[in-house]
Amino acid sequence: MIEYTPDFLINFWNWFPVDAQTVAIILGKIVLILLPLILSVAYVTYAERKVIGAMQVRIGPNRVGFFGFRLWGLGQPIADTVKLMFKEVIIPTQANKYLFLIAPILSIGPALAAWAVIPFDRGMALANVDAGLLYVLALTSIAVYGVIIAGWASNSKYAILSALRSGAQIVAYEIAMGFALVGVLMASGSLNLSAIVEGQAGGMSSWYFIPLFPLFLVYFISGVAETNRAPFDVAEGESEIVAGFHVEYSGMAFALFFLAEYANIILISALTALMFLGGWLSPFEGFTFLEGTMFEFLRETSLIWFLGKTSFFIFCFLWFRATFPRYRYDQIMRLGWKVFIPITIIWIFVEAVMMLAKVGPWAV
Amino acid sequence: MLENYLPVLIFMAVGLIVGFVLLTMGGFMLAPHKPDEAKNSPFECGFEAFEDSRMKFDVRYYLVAILFIIFDLEIAFLVPWAIVLEDIGLFGVLSMGIFLGVLVIGFIYEWKKGALEWE
Repeated sequence: MIEYTPDFLINFWNWFPVDAQTVAIILGKIVLILLPLILSVAYVTYAERKVIGAMQVRIGPNRVGFFGFRLWGLGQPIADTVKLMFKEVIIPTQANKYLFLIAPILSIGPALAAWAVIPFDRGMALANVDAGLLYVLALTSIAVYGVIIAGWASNSKYAILSALRSGAQIVAYEIAMGFALVGVLMASGSLNLSAIVEGQAGGMSSWYFIPLFPLFLVYFISGVAETNRAPFDVAEGESEIVAGFHVEYSGMAFALFFLAEYANIILISALTALMFLGGWLSPFEGFTFLEGTMFEFLRETSLIWFLGKTSFFIFCFLWFRATFPRYRYDQIMRLGWKVFIPITIIWIFVEAVMMLAKVGPWAV
Repeated sequence: MLENYLPVLIFMAVGLIVGFVLLTMGGFMLAPHKPDEAKNSPFECGFEAFEDSRMKFDVRYYLVAILFIIFDLEIAFLVPWAIVLEDIGLFGVLSMGIFLGVLVIGFIYEWKKGALEWE
């Protein structure tokens, strides 16, 4: 590629100091991650309306298209974004103005930044850092600040009730989530997300969801609770507290919360795929009889596998919302504290014993 | 080693900047701004807001926060332990067993005391 580039462009590039070049390359990669991500977020909202529509035997959005063609309503998310951009951002008089505006930024920032360490394919990660999982755990924890600050700064009764509920719920499920992650770490022996995926090499039977099945369920369900999605959406609870912590937000400020919620859904789905379902590894990896046939390519690792697994979990989020009625708050807390935490602690013990006895994925 | 974290740092900055730009551009440059008294009052199902909304709240939320700190700290101890578990073997499992055992006793105590009840 370099030999086809005109000289003046190369000269122009070399004219920059090396540090600036490094930063420019990183920024380019970030754009390559963020643009598809934001586009996915937009189309997950569309998918949500379509999927739930189909599950309730409706059609869902089907009017807004491009250039006069309807195209099954594919223009809907774009139209929604444009509409939200041109809507007034109302700042209530009683609100703490600065906190009120900081809260959505605090929601969206970490939700996007967590993608820095996600590997998409073998060697395809922006930052292949050793503390990857710790970083993701830290950033997903920051999400709770966005909710609490939004609820407090709005100075509205519904908002503050929702912020309290949601804050308590998020921290409760974060413990179960953290314990489940400890189980994954014990199995993989590394915090590096790429190493965790490579530790699952060898076909579907060596993926961690089999030896860590209880942790897999706990992690995914906690992920649903962490993102405040149905059936754990008491924080939004339309029928009780209107819209919860973002009741006072409108226009782009509301859109940022919305964006953050969906970015977090995709993030949790991607993490579940990476940690329990072998990320980019092929489910047919162990099928030696495919060798030499035309289906041999199925055994290769690929970005497609990762995206497919992630999409499956995103679909589960939408499916849950269409299927389950909302939990009552005491049921949510009971599930988090009295079911998930004991299960994870017990499974960590079981895993430690399995490890000493050299059974499961640790039998080297 | 540490330069691996440069992209992470830049990504964090970009994430915050994206939020800031979307908010200022969408919220304050493209959108109209016509405040009035009713529009700017807190939402309360059509009522006039009649008292401060930062009211007293249930002490159990506070309790959950305290319990969260204990358990989160426990996870912080478990993470490095899990990484090196294969090297430390039986000794590691036993010492963490004692540590977790003490915490589990505390957990059972608070369960029996009803700190986890929400009804």
